[in-house]
Amino acid sequence: MISYSSPEFEVEIKDDLCIRCGACVVNCSFDALEHDEDDDRIVANNRNCVDCRRCAVFCPTLAINIYENGLAFRKHGLWTNRAQREINKQAETGGVLLTSCGNELPSTTHPIYWDHLLLDASQVTNPSIDPLREPMELRTYLGSKPDAIEIDDQGKVKAPNRPSVALETPIMFAAMSFGAISYNVHKSLALAATEAGTLYNTGEGGLHPSLYEYGDNTIVQVASGRYGVFDEYLKAGQMIEIKVGQGAKPGIGGHLPGEKIDAEISLTRMIPEGTDAISPAPHHDVYSIEDLRQLVMSLKEATNYEKLVAVKIAAVHNAAPIASGIARAGADVIVIDGFRGGTGATPTVIRDNVGIPIELALAAVDDRLRQEGIRNQVSVVVSGGIRNSADVAKAIALGADAVYIGTAALIALGCTVCQRCFTGKCAWGLTTQDRQLNKRVNPEEGSERLYNLLRGWSIEIKDILGAMGVNAIESLRGNRLRLRGVGLDEETLKILGVRPAGK
Amino acid sequence: MSFPKHLSSSWQLHGEKIIAACGLIGFMNRDKSLTDGSDIIKAIANMKERSNGLGGGFAGYGIYPDHADQYAFHLMYMDESARVTTEEFLHEHFSIVAAEIIPTDPTAHVHNPPLLWRYFVDVEAASVVNEDESDYVVRLSLEVNDRIEGAFVSSCGKNMGIFKGVGYPEDVGEFFRLYDYKGYTWLSHGRFPTNTQGWWGGCHPFGLLDWAVVHNGELSSYGTNMRHLEMYDYKCTLMTDTEVVAYTIDLLMRKHGLPIEMVEKVIASPLWEAIDRMPEDERVVTEALRRVYGPLLFNGPFSFIIADSERMIGITDRIRLRPLVVATHGPTYYLSSEEASIREICPEPEQIWMPRGGQAAATELYETAKTTNKEEVVTG
Amino acid sequence: MSKMINPMQADVALDRSRVTDHGKGKVEVNAQDLTYRELNLLLRVVCDEGAKHLLLKNVNGQRYIATDLPPVKIDIEGCAGNDLGVFMNGCEITVNSNCQDAVGNTMNAGSIIVHGHSSDIAGFAMRGGKVYIRDNSGYRCGIHMKEYEDKIPVLVVGGVAHDFLGEYMAGGVLLLLNRPSVQGATEFGEMPSDLIPSHHIGTGMHGGVIYLRGRVEPYQLGAEVAPVDFTDKDTETLHHEIDEYCNHFEVSDDERQELKDSEYVKLIPVSHRPYGKMYAS
Repeated sequence: MISYSSPEFEVEIKDDLCIRCGACVVNCSFDALEHDEDDDRIVANNRNCVDCRRCAVFCPTLAINIYENGLAFRKHGLWTNRAQREINKQAETGGVLLTSCGNELPSTTHPIYWDHLLLDASQVTNPSIDPLREPMELRTYLGSKPDAIEIDDQGKVKAPNRPSVALETPIMFAAMSFGAISYNVHKSLALAATEAGTLYNTGEGGLHPSLYEYGDNTIVQVASGRYGVFDEYLKAGQMIEIKVGQGAKPGIGGHLPGEKIDAEISLTRMIPEGTDAISPAPHHDVYSIEDLRQLVMSLKEATNYEKLVAVKIAAVHNAAPIASGIARAGADVIVIDGFRGGTGATPTVIRDNVGIPIELALAAVDDRLRQEGIRNQVSVVVSGGIRNSADVAKAIALGADAVYIGTAALIALGCTVCQRCFTGKCAWGLTTQDRQLNKRVNPEEGSERLYNLLRGWSIEIKDILGAMGVNAIESLRGNRLRLRGVGLDEETLKILGVRPAGK
Repeated sequence: MSFPKHLSSSWQLHGEKIIAACGLIGFMNRDKSLTDGSDIIKAIANMKERSNGLGGGFAGYGIYPDHADQYAFHLMYMDESARVTTEEFLHEHFSIVAAEIIPTDPTAHVHNPPLLWRYFVDVEAASVVNEDESDYVVRLSLEVNDRIEGAFVSSCGKNMGIFKGVGYPEDVGEFFRLYDYKGYTWLSHGRFPTNTQGWWGGCHPFGLLDWAVVHNGELSSYGTNMRHLEMYDYKCTLMTDTEVVAYTIDLLMRKHGLPIEMVEKVIASPLWEAIDRMPEDERVVTEALRRVYGPLLFNGPFSFIIADSERMIGITDRIRLRPLVVATHGPTYYLSSEEASIREICPEPEQIWMPRGGQAAATELYETAKTTNKEEVVTG
Repeated sequence: MSKMINPMQADVALDRSRVTDHGKGKVEVNAQDLTYRELNLLLRVVCDEGAKHLLLKNVNGQRYIATDLPPVKIDIEGCAGNDLGVFMNGCEITVNSNCQDAVGNTMNAGSIIVHGHSSDIAGFAMRGGKVYIRDNSGYRCGIHMKEYEDKIPVLVVGGVAHDFLGEYMAGGVLLLLNRPSVQGATEFGEMPSDLIPSHHIGTGMHGGVIYLRGRVEPYQLGAEVAPVDFTDKDTETLHHEIDEYCNHFEVSDDERQELKDSEYVKLIPVSHRPYGKMYAS
């Protein structure tokens, strides 16, 4: 069927700069560029361009620019370019609109609350601290803590009955499965997590045999499809994360198409090559909170109570009571993934309409757990649109123990958030299983980029702490008095537990 | 202990529905033979893993043979003044035959028990104007809950009572010395709420006249169900699914007179594709039920057991997202979330099976079956 | 104390008086009124000390039996609780009674033989090993079974099963023998005994095979499966599993032959990509 939509992007190739080297053509994995042999020039098929900018970055003479095709549709306030494009697409296929990455809705309609929160600094009454020369501590422990320490007759501390794990910086790499991302990306994450003293997360796709050696820095995930889950896998990492939901698709399952299940993915997921890997919407052994307890405890039994068990949910309306239930179900860590959380593939309608912002969910959950006196029983980890060290600091001040980053990590490896992960054609070699494209990520270089990112953010967090006059991350955790809100209504300030700036 | 009063203000405070999941068990001696409360305690204790110490409760039928014809009001009071006010109110509307403290075992592991009283009352014919007696009793018991600060009616049926509180159910059962009561039907509930409702009245079973309900799961359709019931003057103040279940059953069975075979088609309606395939007569009825009572379809995972003085019914949602096991042994009919809890008190049942989703496992006393001239109802 | 006791489990009572050593690796454990943590810790310890054959008496509802145990033989007397054999890797279990939800959940290897029925989600996500249930099974039996290389799980039910049989099934063999002798009359209501009572059979199925003794109407099947003809290999698989079942549960020679001679419906997925056309991209 003929598409009634005009191309979304226009590729401009400056002929005077172009040296016909063909690098752009090689780099484009979406078939948007070709070398016209007759005219000896590079021509663009605008219809195929996804604006991933791989060609522009790799053009040695910077001859390529990509523009939004602003007049692709008649301008209209209600029937926007996007609205018309989506209707056309569905009229042409009868299918569900699919997209990738986090919610892209503008902050004018869907506020990014991080940007409405401001951090405090010490002036005069208490000194700020210079983090470059003074001690500054970011070490963070995840896991359940007793309310009081128990000392035996010999003055020795009685062993805690729940495990814990230490992070050298309160930033972990979020769950992204081998299958959604490439082996080289997984290895980059594993190496960087090891170097930085933090954890990366396998996602629901099993753990490649060659990555078991990074177990001390690994979180293994158990999701509804149970791919690659067996006893050794469960014991491979420091923590087991039960994935109930994710911010980009609350209540929705996953589906890795058969084309992506090659020999390596097959080995890791423990399913035959070429078959679909379907992750059902729910865990079919978890239809209730007491069933969740059953799964939590089964994982503890299966690992001799040596591993932390985390439960990850999407930030939804009732996040607070659900989190309370998760704590009472025996989980050691609660992970909440917000409205803007990323993904390899999600129905657009779900991504853009279901769930709530992470800032509000985090504030509500932390409040509720404190009101119920069970905040010590669990650690709280948040994710979903953490862009920089300030977002991390604000999350911790609102009450998080640590954060996960997913999209930010991919951006560090080249991702330009073109939202085409689901096509499997990622030109940056990140979200594809194409062996040629995969080579675009070198695990050594990739891990260096990721490590650098964590290093930079960690130094900045220390700067933030120093400015506040504290030298340990504990003193920022849940310290909402060091936050002020700007441009927020009273109700939102109340939910966030933050005073308005100036007050 | 705190009494969120009025309860709707607690709704506004948290702005959310109470979510809980649970373990359930009930049994009925259909020959009306009596069993003391220790069996039901033992059975629910087997499912300890399904509750978290934040609530447990019991309902017993046939436990007050000396006051079988009076309404037995079980009251919880926050303080003495609530008791004084409530007793004045009861005096005004009923004739109180007996009033007593509910005996408890103070050594049991429960948290902050309220004052617990019970009253056996008669309704004077002259008091009831323009409504039937049962509506009168329901209305006034709701009025106590609604208006009197620090007072809560946990049950008001005849020859039955609900005993519930904050703690593990077996501890709540010990606290109420249930081994001192003999009943022919017993229900129990162990609760796993996702919040701290440190409030005894919020525990289960939920009672309404003779009805007692224990429920496991979450009605994702709660908002639809609740707003429909409100049109029929039911106030859903507790924000729990259990309350919605009780009101729905009361509306359909007591007020609209539907038999259980129709009620199950309302609350757990067959899928449209199955209705379309039904023989014409059945299709017409089922389609009509679904069209008329669509707002009372319980959607989302649930199983519940509901009983009154003559019946006991267990049912799950139409795709059976929550467990329910049925067993029989001689005259006794068992319903439970887990087989093991039945075996705890009846090691080798004669029959044991899992009913289909959406199909009621319903039974009634032999004497009732005889008077209604029908066979024992076993659907499944 | 055994090296296997994690200090994290220090708060769990270890009641050695429950253990009777019968010699030659055979160890009896009285599970009466033990919590699952107490029972499973005890099992860890006795296995660590060399037990090869566990005899569990008076089990009633304890969960997670046989998870994280070495490949030993386990005889269970009583009703096994939820998640029997969850993540199990090689134990051989016999239950002399019924078992509850999620028997064989995500198991990788081993066998579970149930002399009774099972409730819902039997064999959920199992990747290897065998589960034989003498009587009926509940909802979502065999849901999301998988297979991988030489691991082809087998789930055999002697009676029938409820709805969503083999939902999302991605591999393995699921066999329903539909033996009238093991079906409770109350359980499935009145229906012709040759008609399988399940609906939504194989919905979302994209791998493996389901064999049903008896017949099904088209409306009982999920959109992703279709009946296909038997091959010689199917007959071989079927006869092998019938024999195994009959051996486990001492079925008479006559009935064994009848089971083999009966008509079966074979269901396989229509496509390995059931949802390929769902998306507008």
